[in-house]
Amino acid sequence: MNRKLLSAPFIFWSTLFIIVPLCMVFYYGLTDKSGAFSLENIAAIATPEHSKALWEALKLSFISTIICLLLAYPLAMILANLNVNQNSFIVLIFVLPMWMNFLLRTLAWQTLLEKTGVINSILNALNLPTLNIINTPTAIVLGMVYNFLPFMVLPLYNVLVKIDKNVINAARDLGANGFQTFCKIIFPLSLPGMFSGITMVFVPALTTFVISKILGGSKILLIGNVIEQEFTQTGNWHLGSGLSIVLMLFIILNMVISTVTDKEGEVNTL
Amino acid sequence: MKKIIAMLLCGALSVAALTGCGASENTESDAHNGDEATVKVGDNGEVYVYNWGEYIDPETITMFEEETGIKVIYDEYDTNETMYPKVQVGSSVYDVICPSDYMVAKMMENDLLQELNFDNLPNAKANIGAQYYEQAAEFDPNNSYFVPYCWGTVGILYDKTQVDEPVTSWSILWDEKYADNILMQDSVRDAFMVALKLNGCSMNTLDEAQLQVAKQSLIDQKPIVQAYVVDQVRDKMIGGEAILGVIYSGEAIYTQRENPNLEYVIPEEGTNVWIDGWVIPKNAQNVANAEKFIDFMCRADIALMNFDYITYSTPNDAARELIEDEEIKNSNIAFPDLSQYKNLETFSYLGEEGDELYNSLWKEVMSY
Repeated sequence: MNRKLLSAPFIFWSTLFIIVPLCMVFYYGLTDKSGAFSLENIAAIATPEHSKALWEALKLSFISTIICLLLAYPLAMILANLNVNQNSFIVLIFVLPMWMNFLLRTLAWQTLLEKTGVINSILNALNLPTLNIINTPTAIVLGMVYNFLPFMVLPLYNVLVKIDKNVINAARDLGANGFQTFCKIIFPLSLPGMFSGITMVFVPALTTFVISKILGGSKILLIGNVIEQEFTQTGNWHLGSGLSIVLMLFIILNMVISTVTDKEGEVNTL
Repeated sequence: MKKIIAMLLCGALSVAALTGCGASENTESDAHNGDEATVKVGDNGEVYVYNWGEYIDPETITMFEEETGIKVIYDEYDTNETMYPKVQVGSSVYDVICPSDYMVAKMMENDLLQELNFDNLPNAKANIGAQYYEQAAEFDPNNSYFVPYCWGTVGILYDKTQVDEPVTSWSILWDEKYADNILMQDSVRDAFMVALKLNGCSMNTLDEAQLQVAKQSLIDQKPIVQAYVVDQVRDKMIGGEAILGVIYSGEAIYTQRENPNLEYVIPEEGTNVWIDGWVIPKNAQNVANAEKFIDFMCRADIALMNFDYITYSTPNDAARELIEDEEIKNSNIAFPDLSQYKNLETFSYLGEEGDELYNSLWKEVMSY
């Protein structure tokens, strides 16, 4: 009984802000303008414009996730192995930019990367070739990696700190070298953190529309932009919801793959 | 200790995540902030105003509040298309809105506007030039829904020091010489206006073949376009980020003030003559205050303040008389003699199917 009471605020919250909106998305996504049931909005993903936007979004968010993983893993290992004093300082440096608004930071990258921006002015002054990546997919990937990197570091750091040092010591006692210890002990034990990190980076990257608008100059249409425009400009909520449902399928797919591989990982380590 | 740090990290992350969400939906949250600001209600009630971004001198709002005791709750939008769904759905109720010509027609057709009582708008009757009401009669035949606020043209803003040839035609925006130095408008009607005029068509056409040609032109142009933007054309041109940009005439005077190298031209193929103005939506809660607000904005001194601040051409003849700088008063950009240009048009509402056709073609261009 007590437990039920304790969970009441959360149940209220999730009903109001998760279940109800989800039902509305499904209602709009599965009906047409007259309110009749229709799969047209889901099937609309097959049009060349929408499937291209989805493909671009999948591609860019996949690349960003990989880059985040490659950057975050070593960083999380370093953080986990530092002693406490140094640790808090580095964590502070790492978290400091996150105290600023996400939109502001993305706008700042625009100012940095522009043709007459900060970076190019410096390169020009040094007579070095300029950097022309603003309004390209590269700039969008950069924005995604920059904004979502902490979401990869945090879960990795969390699992790496929790690894029992005795397990590692035991491996070393039994004659494993550093590389073997990493492959057989540390890496398998860090898999759960890695998979939640992948989900936490991949999902926002897949659905973003702000980054592609600001750093891509609206030249690259991602599926997030299509959905945003259907809601804010075209006013076709049915199509927007239908495409959101398709996007949800991809996110669920990503989570299913994560959990399945995660479980296999556990079995192997046992 | 590490646990504490991890928790701190976690906290910072969730804060960042929350603010991130807020940022990406800032139009929504702006509206809510507006609602919250009503805690301190003015003595004479309030008025909810929904206007374009940077389209008013904030000082005039303060003056209005002080003179009338009416609290102004002010929200902004950046395209007609973002404004319309919010008003139509009724998620936010406004008393005064400032849409453009074709959007006024659309709102009239969908029965979203109420007729104005011009007896309560003496300044609007006396100060606004008759020719602007005539222009507005194209979409508001009885001049009963709409009070002109700003008007102007759409043209090319270019950097004199970077362009040697005379700029006379929209076709310069297709010239590969200027690859990666062209800024286009990121809104469907404006972008198609450029392409349709380039191909010698009406910008209100519903002819599928003409629209396909225009779409192809926009697709051909895409590789040499630096970015599709709305309000940012101004800052990017001032900063020298691009050489050519499609811009509203009102922004041109402002950009020239900041960067004298810039020049504005109306292309010979013709362009869009637009007019924005005040309307009162049908579901307005504070009609009397809305009338007071509109009439206040039509006062000559207030209209002049707004003109000085936003530099968009004012239809307020009394305000134009008050402009001291002769050069601005007779400026060909602010107050062009429209009779010397050919093929000028005003956007008309295309109907739901027409809108859908334009939107789907625009999506093809954007995803190309």
